[in-house]
Amino acid sequence: MNPGLRMGDWLTVLAGMILVIYLFTSLWGGSKGISLIIRSGGKIVTETDLTRNHDFEISGPLGTTLITVENRRVRVTRDPSPRQYCVKQGWLSRAGESALCLPNQVSVELIGADRAYDSLSY
Amino acid sequence: MTHSVIKLPASTDDHRIARLAAFAIGLSLAEAALPSPLPGVKPGLANIITLLVLQRFGWRAAAWVSLLRVVAGSLLLGTFLSPGFILSFSGGLLSLLVLGAACRLPANFFGPVSHSILAAFAHIAAQLGVVYFWLIPHAGVLYLAPVFATAALLFGIVNGLIAARLLEEPVHEQLAPALK
Repeated sequence: MNPGLRMGDWLTVLAGMILVIYLFTSLWGGSKGISLIIRSGGKIVTETDLTRNHDFEISGPLGTTLITVENRRVRVTRDPSPRQYCVKQGWLSRAGESALCLPNQVSVELIGADRAYDSLSY
Repeated sequence: MTHSVIKLPASTDDHRIARLAAFAIGLSLAEAALPSPLPGVKPGLANIITLLVLQRFGWRAAAWVSLLRVVAGSLLLGTFLSPGFILSFSGGLLSLLVLGAACRLPANFFGPVSHSILAAFAHIAAQLGVVYFWLIPHAGVLYLAPVFATAALLFGIVNGLIAARLLEEPVHEQLAPALK
């Protein structure tokens, strides 16, 4: 093998790999969402956990937004907003993820075990 | 009329550091032309020179070569005192400090590859620190840390292996004057 690699070098490579794996799991793993908050016009309409599959019909200024909870995930299934961004976001399952339907003013946010830093209000 | 002549005496050490820094500047200029998938992910080939100098001439010379490379390289690329320059400068500074500690590790166990990996991690840690605390105080910056760390490990190993290989070879005749 390459004589440039000494015993300690292998150890350093190993330590580096452990550090990289640790960074990936701690920064990218994210915690699972446990409960969800649905807001309409900024006011909390429903607060529930993700264990029960259920559909929520929330009315906003444009019409009714349908939010579906299924298999510990949540998505906006139907929304009257013209651009459909929140519908296109698809399933949300990680803590801190949220979908915001505008201009129907309906939002859904996932909460984990410990509340993540809210960068939106920085 | 008399011309006043300012003469700065340059020792052989100064000449050698200047030549080695020129090698390093050349490498960082060549590297600046390479496309990068993400700003900040670069092989850092000039660090090979820093590693060589550290082994052959000690930490003081390595510090000179590395910092001269950062400053003169930024003058040539037109980034002097820009955020990019501050990033390379802080990265260079912290990796020099780490190298200073790393070269005190027992030499029969820890070679240039270890030095290179440690310096690469120090480099990216300093840069992420500066970005996070000064440029973009947003948690999203840390989201990229695993990518940068992976690149640091990878390029750290590669640069270290190249440096180890070069250190094994007897000094090439053409390079001999520069390394004297």
